[in-house]
Amino acid sequence: MNSRIRKLRKESLEAPYSLSAERASLVTSFYSIGDHEKYSRAVQRALCFRYILSNKTICINPGELIAGERGPSPKAVPTYPEICLHSLEDLDIIDTRKKVSFSVDNEFKQVYEGTVIPFWEGRTQRDRIFGNMSNRWVEAYRAGVFTEFMEQRAPGHTVAGKNVFLKGMRDYREEIHEALSRLDFHNDPLAFEKREELKAMDIAALALMEYAFRYASEIENLSEKEKDPARAEELHEMAIICKRVPAGAPSTFHEALQHYWFIHLGVITELNPWDSFNPGRLDRHLYPFYREGIDSGTLTKERAKELLQAFWIKFNNHPSPPKTGVTAQESSTYSDFTLINLGGVNEDGSDAVNELTYLILDVIEEMRLIQPGTMVQVSKKNPDRFVKRALDIVKTGFGQPSFFNTDAIIQQLLGQGKSITDARNGGASGCVETGAFGTEAYILTGYFNLNKVLEITLNNGTDPSTGKEIGVKSGDPGSFRTFDDLYDAFENQLRYFTGIKTEGNNIIEKLYSSYMPAPLLSVITEDCIRKGRDYNSGGARYNTRYVQGVGLGSLTDNLASLHKNVFDEKTVSMNEMIKALKANFKKHEKLRHDLVYNTPKWGNNDDYADRFAVMVFNSFYNAINGKKSSCGGTFRINLLPTTCHIYFGSVTGAMPDGRLAGESLSEGISPVQGADTKGPTAVINSAAKIDHIRTGGTLLNQKFSPAFFSNSDSKKKMVSLVRTYFRLDGHHIQFNVTDAKTLSDAKENPEKYRDLIVRVAGYSDYFNDLGETLQDEIIKRTEHEGV
Amino acid sequence: MEGVIFDIRHFSVHDGPGIRTTVFFKGCPLRCIWCHNPEGQEFDPQTYTRVNRLDGREFKVTGYAGKHVTADEVMEEIEKDIVFYEESGGGVTFSGGEPLARPVFLAELLERCNIAGIHTAVDTCGYADNEELQRIIPLTHLFLFDLKLAFNDDHEKFTAVSNKNILKNLKTVSSAGKEIIIRIPLVEDITDTQENLAGLRNIINELKGITRVELLPFHNIAQSKYRRFGRSGFQEQVERYDISKAVKIMDFFLESFPDVTIGG
Repeated sequence: MNSRIRKLRKESLEAPYSLSAERASLVTSFYSIGDHEKYSRAVQRALCFRYILSNKTICINPGELIAGERGPSPKAVPTYPEICLHSLEDLDIIDTRKKVSFSVDNEFKQVYEGTVIPFWEGRTQRDRIFGNMSNRWVEAYRAGVFTEFMEQRAPGHTVAGKNVFLKGMRDYREEIHEALSRLDFHNDPLAFEKREELKAMDIAALALMEYAFRYASEIENLSEKEKDPARAEELHEMAIICKRVPAGAPSTFHEALQHYWFIHLGVITELNPWDSFNPGRLDRHLYPFYREGIDSGTLTKERAKELLQAFWIKFNNHPSPPKTGVTAQESSTYSDFTLINLGGVNEDGSDAVNELTYLILDVIEEMRLIQPGTMVQVSKKNPDRFVKRALDIVKTGFGQPSFFNTDAIIQQLLGQGKSITDARNGGASGCVETGAFGTEAYILTGYFNLNKVLEITLNNGTDPSTGKEIGVKSGDPGSFRTFDDLYDAFENQLRYFTGIKTEGNNIIEKLYSSYMPAPLLSVITEDCIRKGRDYNSGGARYNTRYVQGVGLGSLTDNLASLHKNVFDEKTVSMNEMIKALKANFKKHEKLRHDLVYNTPKWGNNDDYADRFAVMVFNSFYNAINGKKSSCGGTFRINLLPTTCHIYFGSVTGAMPDGRLAGESLSEGISPVQGADTKGPTAVINSAAKIDHIRTGGTLLNQKFSPAFFSNSDSKKKMVSLVRTYFRLDGHHIQFNVTDAKTLSDAKENPEKYRDLIVRVAGYSDYFNDLGETLQDEIIKRTEHEGV
Repeated sequence: MEGVIFDIRHFSVHDGPGIRTTVFFKGCPLRCIWCHNPEGQEFDPQTYTRVNRLDGREFKVTGYAGKHVTADEVMEEIEKDIVFYEESGGGVTFSGGEPLARPVFLAELLERCNIAGIHTAVDTCGYADNEELQRIIPLTHLFLFDLKLAFNDDHEKFTAVSNKNILKNLKTVSSAGKEIIIRIPLVEDITDTQENLAGLRNIINELKGITRVELLPFHNIAQSKYRRFGRSGFQEQVERYDISKAVKIMDFFLESFPDVTIGG
């Protein structure tokens, strides 16, 4: 890392997290003027976007090579009052909370109190959502049966495809104009809607070009004032680049990075979509520019690395927008989930690892930033050298990169009906979500608390924490004569609650389609222009809606416990068990001991327990997969938690596996923390028993001590471990490499470990920014000591 | 066919090439004073009292060191990780205790592994009936052969048996053309003396088939296991072996062998 990058990195790490009222203020004045009323919703949104970009502060940081900030300065985060309006009370919480806080100054509060709150109160997207949900939805949501992703953030969950790097806004506008000219008002009843969407896309593409031109002229001004001739020349070049891209397609390595960065900023300024945005298969997209530059002598390896590092810092400057309430609990992190994909295969199925892949891996290792997140796609065609290089970085202990199975991802996408080319252009984003990059809107709609459903089943439809009857009457559990009776009742509740969830999703999807079009995202997502349909209305080539199951490991252990102790060996009756759960095992300590220590657990390759994971997986899959969504998408499942297993644990009472009320649940498809005692091959064998190919992603977390990565022999064994899991169709595995002692010390002395990054669940985070429960959990995760 | 084992450990990465499963036989004819697997010494299953802690309370439960198992049961456990062996070039290691102390059971397991195409290693102290050993040699791909003390008097003093039979068996394995990894425990003032190390080096210098020498520095992680069986002594009195000394000993062996490692 050269001195410039070191300085930029330090500034990025040290910049305080704060909120900026600029965007909220601009959006409010745009809508207050009232002029927008004469336009369709889509055009209104596009004009609003253009208004923001024309008026927001231009920020160019000293010494930087890639320009563009979403806020007025690094880590100054805008708000999106049209989606979710923060009250003064929310702002106080955001300002003062211990974890993931943002400073809110008086000026911000004044703007909010004076204009933003009075204008948006009662008319935000969030108000529309809660106002449109049924009572049973609201009750289930409040009880913590599921969460709702779109109540504070817009749908996004998508990744740039290869065309984003091949086209400029002028090219897109040409396509839009052509689509407009083909509209047939005589025969197409939707011609008007299409025209409005296309007009909006055209405005958005234009707005992004103009925004870059603003940067170009500001940078040129700086260049003229600059005393250091070298920097003046550098600025002059940057100004030329901002004039060229994103208006036109990039033609150099530097232009490609700057081009993407403006598009990224556009997407996350237009709305606050989940997972921000993502350049996807970066080594593949940039390789032609890299090759051309190196071969023609206009680019050196060192310069390419410096530009990539400058690009990395831009991501780190952009934390996730502030979240509150349940949304903050399910996703308690500054990370905004950009997940850069490396490796995998090319469009023709050949090995995609190239020289640039290794250079980017060097960048990841040197930068050690939580953002952007990084992963390697491992196909059977990729060389071991690539996997070993990635493991070298894992060994340094900041949780990156994680490992994904390209061959499984392609099968998943093909199974969902994608073409082979689109499947090979895909990958995983966010935490672990499978998607066809550039062609698919694969929207995560909310986490689903599988264990809460069992708790409600054990209480015949009532939530024991409130006494409210929120489920169906599935039978008095004391009357169940066999395990099958119990499982039928569970499945019955599961179908009921997944039904409520997808029913709510269908309304929310229409609300976004009607009120919150995303014209810029539509420009760059394939088929939106061709169809004349917005991203949020099903304009993408493929539209998938996910419900994310949480707590598979805990639920498996709970069912195994009921099967063994209540029905099989009859060591405890159902009524006694329920009594013990209600008492949170108080005065039932011996029972709890037997449940914890003498009952089969998921993750030990023991079919007694593992068969229930397969059973639950199939039930969850059958309840959701294949249902149609209101804008033409298809519902599917994946299994990942972000930090939601902690929130869901906090609203779920004591359970038959011996877990106490409020404790966190298992995460992803990982075993319950500490329950896997047979080592990593057993965990992998268990995890591979569910059919990953029928999901849109699963998350498996494994903690190892650094010794496992110490020499080439042990590293080779780790490569084999990954390869074996992938041969068994496993989707994803990530490694946390820090010994428990270090973590405990970090918890006690946070000041000494400000840079300690750990793998949480599909993303990495600063250990100090994690809540105490999560810190304890990470310390507890089984360390596989290979004696 | 039945045997007694005290553990089957998966993802064992220090007992031969690749990812392996190690099957620990119960019962050993030696009584090395530094032994870190005391539960492997007696031949019959033992019970002991274990304490499980939960919420500050202690629950006493019976722990089992060793159980009777059939070859079917052991094979089922071994075969669970076949894909890992295939991907990593690993396999199964029979260890103990002393696997050759149950030669018929061992031979049956080895034979079945051979049929299943699983790479086999035998981790042995070498104290065995020579004819029984010869029967299992063709079924074994790799021997992890422990060498402790070069001189018989010392051997009898610290392991309770003579090393004559051990050295003869080592020659038998070597002349059969098998791959051998020699494992030498480093115990302060007992096995790490200059005379003993030179003696051991001389012994193995004359043999063929030695692909690696592994030095295993003494560690006292087995203290709690000794306490569990109501025993104490060496493990508590002696400190963990000094690694810098081990490195010097490694250099000494590197003069004769290209591949010498510390810590297995």
